[in-house]
Amino acid sequence: MKFQFDSLADFMHMDGHGVFVWTAYGLVYGILIYLTVSPLIQKKNFLKQQKKWQQIQKDSSNL
Amino acid sequence: MANSSLASSLFWATFKRDLILAFRHKGDMVNPLVFFLIAITMIPLALGPEKAVLMRIAPGIIWVMALLATLLSLDSLFRSDFDDGSLEQLLIAPYPLTLSVMAKILVHWLATGLPLTLMAPVLGVMLSLPASAFAALCYSLLLGTAAMSLIGAVGAALTVSLRKGGVLISLIVMPLYIPILIFGASAVQTAALGEAYKMQLAVLGAGLAIALLLAPLAAAGALRVSVNG
Amino acid sequence: MNWQWFHRLGSPRWFYEKTTVWLPWLMLSAWGLLLIGGIWGLGFAPEDVKQRNSFRILYIHAPVAYISMSCYYIMAISGAVGLIWKMKLPFMVMKACAPIGLGLTIVVLATGSIWGKPTWGTWWEWDARLTSYLILSFLYLGAIALQQAFQNRDTADKASAILALVGTVNIPIIYKSVDWWYTLHQPATLKIVGKSTIDPSMLYPLFVMIIGFYLFFTLVLILHTRTEILRRESRTQWVKELVLANNSGKGEGASS
Repeated sequence: MKFQFDSLADFMHMDGHGVFVWTAYGLVYGILIYLTVSPLIQKKNFLKQQKKWQQIQKDSSNL
Repeated sequence: MANSSLASSLFWATFKRDLILAFRHKGDMVNPLVFFLIAITMIPLALGPEKAVLMRIAPGIIWVMALLATLLSLDSLFRSDFDDGSLEQLLIAPYPLTLSVMAKILVHWLATGLPLTLMAPVLGVMLSLPASAFAALCYSLLLGTAAMSLIGAVGAALTVSLRKGGVLISLIVMPLYIPILIFGASAVQTAALGEAYKMQLAVLGAGLAIALLLAPLAAAGALRVSVNG
Repeated sequence: MNWQWFHRLGSPRWFYEKTTVWLPWLMLSAWGLLLIGGIWGLGFAPEDVKQRNSFRILYIHAPVAYISMSCYYIMAISGAVGLIWKMKLPFMVMKACAPIGLGLTIVVLATGSIWGKPTWGTWWEWDARLTSYLILSFLYLGAIALQQAFQNRDTADKASAILALVGTVNIPIIYKSVDWWYTLHQPATLKIVGKSTIDPSMLYPLFVMIIGFYLFFTLVLILHTRTEILRRESRTQWVKELVLANNSGKGEGASS
């Protein structure tokens, strides 16, 4: 198994099909990253929001 | 037997009531037909009056417009009963909900699908549909509108409790209508070319049979979910 | 027979705690395989005789198509399980499937379109496969729209489950109809999307990607379900304790 291209420039160019291949790969990996990261961010926001809520409840019960 | 006569009397009681209600609101019945007419009229206005062009697209266009007109009419299938509480009464009544649902669907088809089917030949003339295709148009629409009323009822049942259920119904029901559209339009198109279209009608009939079996059940289940929600 | 294990499976808390342990491994293995397979396909797999380098898009197009279809069935099955056994967790899984499925479907349509242009000269073609697949994306759209429309969560869950099941019955019907429709209208020219035989050296990276993508789907489904669990169970004790532990672990102090 060997690397199929002669140089990095070749790798990017892909005999003229580079735009298509790299756009496609970029799209896919972009969505994959988004699908992985977005629930994690949502969870962080949820925890932050719940912390505020718990704080409010604690403060109101301390009155 | 007492049970079956009770069931059939429930069916016919619901049927009669809904039919009378439907005819009280003749405006609601006429709307889809007017839409059908106006929408068909837009086609030559958009594409030009050339008969050759219209003749080629007539089968598909008439079918698409019939489908859209049916979609428009679905929202009112259960809505008025939901709004005044009679749907809830039906749900708690000790009678099979599926039967009442079937009666309502039958009325909906008689008030919407059947008139569309009867009006279609007029529109066929307007779009220069070849003479050989008129029979196919009527048969395919007869079977297809019935199937569409049945399948559409499931969508109407799922969204009956929503305020803006109208557009949502179209979104969820349209993919399910696609097989009906394919075979219905194909029947008319094939007939327009002078060939046999029995196969397409048979498929439509089979689809209608399946829908008859499954759709009232699914719609009844969906009604329970929507109303009790 | 002791069905306790089955009903324990339905506990959101059990699912959350179990998956917390699995998650790092799943994340590593899924992304590991995706990166290895991606680089393999991009740089090390041979180029196709006819399609040259645009063939490399296969490695990200085909696996995503497979999981987008599996996703729909997972959605429907979870819905059915939730309806039949009245469990909470399956509905949460079902809800997570819809946006994931839509995202995957859009990506498949886009990459297919991008692949089509250099290979067959066209961005889009109304053939049986593409058309049925487009309709699948409509089914996902409808599922998401229905879920968002209800105020009451239970109603939303049950209605979405019914819709998913109705859609499942329809998918084979839709596919067969569209297939038949296409053979009817097939243009005289050669069929656009033809099958070509694949050399083994091209198959291996494809397998890696398929496995990687299935792992990825599991990962992402679990992640989304976990977030949904936290949201829905926010009033329970174990979630409250989780929030507390998480926030005091950040060194912000237990009281202020």
